[in-house]
Amino acid sequence: MRDIISALDLSREDFLSLFHLSDEILKGKKIEVKDKIISVAFFEPSTRTALSFTTAGEKLGAKIIGFSSTEGTSVAKGENLADTIRMLENYSDCIIIRHKFDGAAKFASEISDKPIINAGDGKHEHPTQTLIDLYTVYKTFGEIDNLTFGILGDLRYARTVNSLLRGLTRFKPKIVYLISPPTLSARKEILKDLNYEIKELNNPYDIISDLDVLYITRIQKERFADEMEYEKVKESYKIDENLVNKMKKESIILHPLPRVNEIDRKIDSTPQAKYFYQASLAVPIRMALLYSVLGEQ
Amino acid sequence: MKNGLIVSKLKNGTVIDHIPAGRALAVLKVLGIKGNEGNRVALVMNVESKKMQRKDIVKIDGRSITEKEAQLITLIAPTATINIVKDYEVIEKRKLDIPEKVEGLLKCPNPSCITNNDIEAKSRFIKESKSPLILKCDYCETYITEEDVLRQILS
Repeated sequence: MRDIISALDLSREDFLSLFHLSDEILKGKKIEVKDKIISVAFFEPSTRTALSFTTAGEKLGAKIIGFSSTEGTSVAKGENLADTIRMLENYSDCIIIRHKFDGAAKFASEISDKPIINAGDGKHEHPTQTLIDLYTVYKTFGEIDNLTFGILGDLRYARTVNSLLRGLTRFKPKIVYLISPPTLSARKEILKDLNYEIKELNNPYDIISDLDVLYITRIQKERFADEMEYEKVKESYKIDENLVNKMKKESIILHPLPRVNEIDRKIDSTPQAKYFYQASLAVPIRMALLYSVLGEQ
Repeated sequence: MKNGLIVSKLKNGTVIDHIPAGRALAVLKVLGIKGNEGNRVALVMNVESKKMQRKDIVKIDGRSITEKEAQLITLIAPTATINIVKDYEVIEKRKLDIPEKVEGLLKCPNPSCITNNDIEAKSRFIKESKSPLILKCDYCETYITEEDVLRQILS
């Protein structure tokens, strides 16, 4: 395993071996990558991703360098991405990059000989979030195959959705329902290569009782070039008690977080709400990933 | 005149034949030919063709075609053939195919693509489909179609 730019860079075996290693970590297994230096290069704000990668690296005994905003770095002076990556490549054994531009991680991987991990590039991909998402499903159901998924919200600009849809190609979901307003439907570039049945619709009530996994995304104001377009769709969906009462008791609700208003806070105490549990799995799965990428055995 | 020559034969130069009808002006644009370069240029549009029903032809005296120009021509005129003429004889006939990768020639239409935002990131498109032409940005995966390519080249 080397650069992780897209969820497609992970095979089914990669997913499963990372899940198994994470299981072992949660049971107390000690793994280390001492003497390694990890760059956490976040050109865009982040809470969970930056902190969970940093925590994962610290728990592995690695040294962490980097930045969580471009203020105070040479980027603020106009340094381009390629030069920043060249510098980090000299200092560290692997670079975790978050950037606002689509394709930035792939470009960085062409500059750097050290492994690049994409921690979110614009509206393109966020493959390590998919590791967390699918690990949560795996831990809940013991499998990912044969489950019915519903992915709801902003399917056009949400990078977590692109990576999740691609990650699911490594498994055999029964069907994946894509639920969004027409203007936020999933990009055909992403849908083209999926190898499982999908169905696009607008109303979650049509299929809510069939779902095993309901995955919700925030409608992201920052991805809209036109604020008027955002205003039209910003509150298209709200997960409330009425909707959750129609779900199967054993089904789960996931969200990559942060949430704003798309999930009623009353839902947090329902058995289906798994989004905070999902967030809690970020550290062990990212430990497993860093351990695999840095090649320590 | 159904099958006859509309313009005289070239002595030395390039004939671009089998251009889809109506695309000859775009081909001239790719070649940067405005008419004041001094080359003799013949442009024939919407003539009958056995293969294509209607086609355009461009003949340029004393001018060769670079690899970059040939790649751009394939994108806007995928059926085109390029004939190199010397002493009134066709010495080379090139039927070009759309390349698998198109690097540094086109701009990604996604303003948030890294290729539009880093001085070192050059555009790179991968051929997804030949007919209809669809190219995919190798960085952000945005699709561009033949109409987008034509619009970009003509703008």
